[in-house]
Amino acid sequence: MTDTASPASRQVPDRLRSRLGRAIRSWEVLLIAVAVAVFTFNALASPYFLNAWNLSDATFNFTEKAMIAFAMALLIIAGEIDLSVASIIALASTAMGAAAQVGAGTPELVAIGLGVGLLCGAFNGALVTGLGLPSIVVTIGTLSLFRGISYMVLGDRSFGGYPTSFAWFGQGYVWWVITVEMVIFALCALTFWVLLHRTSFGRQVYAIGNNPTGALFSGIRVRRVKFTLFLLTGLMSGLAAVCLTSRLGSTRPSIAQGWELEVVTMVVLGGVNILGGSGTIPGVVLAAIIMGMVTFGLGLLNVPGIVMSIFVGLLLIAVIALPRLVTLVRARWA
Amino acid sequence: MMHDTVTTPPVLSLRGIEKRFPGVIALSGVDLDLHPGEVTALVGENGAGKSTLVKVLTGIYRPEAGQIEMEGHKKAFASAHDAEAVGIAAIHQETVLFEELTVAENIFIGHAPRTRWGLIDHRAMRARAADVLARIGAKIDPAARVGDLGIASRHLVAIARALSTEARVVVLDEPTAALSAHEIEEVYALVERLKAQGKAILFISHKFDEVFRIADRWTVFRDGALVGAGRIADVTEDDLVRLMVGREVGQIFPDRVSNPGDVVVEVEGYSHPTEFADISFDLRAGEILGVYGLVGAGRSEVMQALFGVTAPSAGTLRIGGSAVDIRSPADAIAAGLVYVPEDRGRQGAILGLPIVDNVALPSLGALSRKGFVRMAEEFALARDYTHRLELRAAALDQDIGQLSGGNQQKVVIAKWLATKPRVIILDEPTKGIDIGSKAAVHDFMAELAAEGLAVIMVSSEIPEVLGMSDRVLVMRGGRIASALTRAETTPERLVRDAAGYAP
Repeated sequence: MTDTASPASRQVPDRLRSRLGRAIRSWEVLLIAVAVAVFTFNALASPYFLNAWNLSDATFNFTEKAMIAFAMALLIIAGEIDLSVASIIALASTAMGAAAQVGAGTPELVAIGLGVGLLCGAFNGALVTGLGLPSIVVTIGTLSLFRGISYMVLGDRSFGGYPTSFAWFGQGYVWWVITVEMVIFALCALTFWVLLHRTSFGRQVYAIGNNPTGALFSGIRVRRVKFTLFLLTGLMSGLAAVCLTSRLGSTRPSIAQGWELEVVTMVVLGGVNILGGSGTIPGVVLAAIIMGMVTFGLGLLNVPGIVMSIFVGLLLIAVIALPRLVTLVRARWA
Repeated sequence: MMHDTVTTPPVLSLRGIEKRFPGVIALSGVDLDLHPGEVTALVGENGAGKSTLVKVLTGIYRPEAGQIEMEGHKKAFASAHDAEAVGIAAIHQETVLFEELTVAENIFIGHAPRTRWGLIDHRAMRARAADVLARIGAKIDPAARVGDLGIASRHLVAIARALSTEARVVVLDEPTAALSAHEIEEVYALVERLKAQGKAILFISHKFDEVFRIADRWTVFRDGALVGAGRIADVTEDDLVRLMVGREVGQIFPDRVSNPGDVVVEVEGYSHPTEFADISFDLRAGEILGVYGLVGAGRSEVMQALFGVTAPSAGTLRIGGSAVDIRSPADAIAAGLVYVPEDRGRQGAILGLPIVDNVALPSLGALSRKGFVRMAEEFALARDYTHRLELRAAALDQDIGQLSGGNQQKVVIAKWLATKPRVIILDEPTKGIDIGSKAAVHDFMAELAAEGLAVIMVSSEIPEVLGMSDRVLVMRGGRIASALTRAETTPERLVRDAAGYAP
């Protein structure tokens, strides 16, 4: 067939670049390069790094946070944020601890953990979508509120005495070095990948993040979608609370303190636009692994925690600034 | 046609002003004189070049040819600041103020009086603000926060800001468009006061009653050119209408034979607490209903209420004979009624998303199985509808923000047609798009009507209303001023009914 090129018969092609062409230019490729660099550095710097059991232990640095980060990524893409996630963990863990004191079994504990997470998410979502309050303010408020309740209940005590079978979530192994948490992490990654990239719900999330008014005018029930995202974030915080409580075997009100910022860092490092509208789940997965490996590698080198947070901060700024620097340099040379 | 006998020399003169945009001549050979202590009314249809002229006068646009003279001295404005410096102040249609700042701070933003230490002299600023406000007869506390003021008071603040620079020429661009009757009186009183102070005033308006009430001179623009000017005392409303409308040139509309089917839409007594009242009409399949009116007549507000964006306080809507309760755009889409908004960038398109996602967005339900999007069908849908609208783009996965306005509009129309609606409302469908895309949109509207869609077209362009509509509703002040058949629709009739002038 010859191309007649008359305007009426002109067909607009589907894609500008091939799948491969787009993949090579993506943020994820940059993250993979960073991951390889961190891995290589760690392997050269410490003889203990390349050990299956050590690497398996290292995954605990990110699996629980990443579970929340997946839901947070969707929330941030939609133009909202939830800073109360770590406090939801504290409250959910406290509720589970209290239930364990009166003899609740493992299934009940899991249901309580997830249920408290859902309730907290619903509370945030109702304030944001029902009353139209800005999510950053609402969740700074509930950040104090949820953890405050934990402090009120526990004071300087702690809950322990969880049933033996409850330890499976945070301490169990599925096969060899593969932990239960790794499997949960992988399943969550897959689920959220499908949700964001393959369902109509995911499309609506992107549309809302890019233009909430336009999304409303396109027939999207914007408030319902946002409420669902707060519920999901609460639920994933509840799941993280189950895993973390199971791993630690006890609950203090300071549990997971400061995690909200690490989760947001993970999401942003993963290439999600903090202003909403763009980002991918593979990016967040890579960011989670990178952050876990950096923390672990520095731990092997006996770097104290404060210095570690400096490294994580520098890494975030460096990775975010890199593409911008590249464009600036290119513009200068051109 | 008129001549001036006794008059003071003009303070501002324009000679042969020409302004071109790619593909359009916005102003050609415009002459204009403004005299101290006189109000010159500038009238013309939308797109006649009035706003372009204001922007040339205020230094926002630089003309390609022509001269601007202030009291006999040639001036060239490189920026808005230059125009302000020689004493030209403009109050634009939409006043932009800083809501969190006080009235005095707004008035003196950018040129606040300073103390010896370089800090803002608040006491002097408040005193001078009170002085300026008193001069325009506005009873507003200089220390009040602008966000707490009503629309009319904000207007007065904007005027005070313009006057704080000791302007000698004041341009008012449709200052009464958004005001209530009482507030309009305040603006008239202010214009009288400015006149008495010897300012030269250019007053842009669509409303004949106010032109005849406050202006001393008139000027009519059409298609970027001045088509007449003179003294108000020597002219009638009929003369102005005739000059504004002129003969229609250049645009060709699709030939179509209207073949109306059953009644699809019945609107009964739609009302809103503030925007519109008692709107009733019906519409048949295959019909194009034009809705004409001035800016602020409530046309878009009615359409957005029908689409479920805002809630009406009263009224019923029936589609295909059965009453529907529309509380959100999602409900409207489900009922088969869709709306292509005027504000393409904010409401119509999702800039930042690819063309294919934009087209598929309202059809996601039909394109997915158990919530999973079938991407091949998504592309097929986008390909189909954008091809029908002759979209020009590099690829369907291109960001819609990279397209021209006309092509963005095609994508927005495509996304609604893909939902297979029964009723489509197009709000200013060809505003701000190039001639070629305009023709494509017009042809397509005719095609849709021929296929049996009920089409409502809100438009401020008289040729478009005349060229496309089977029937026309004219709105004025939130109400239907008249319902015209095709035979009754003449340019003069539209202008009169919209402006509320009965011959």
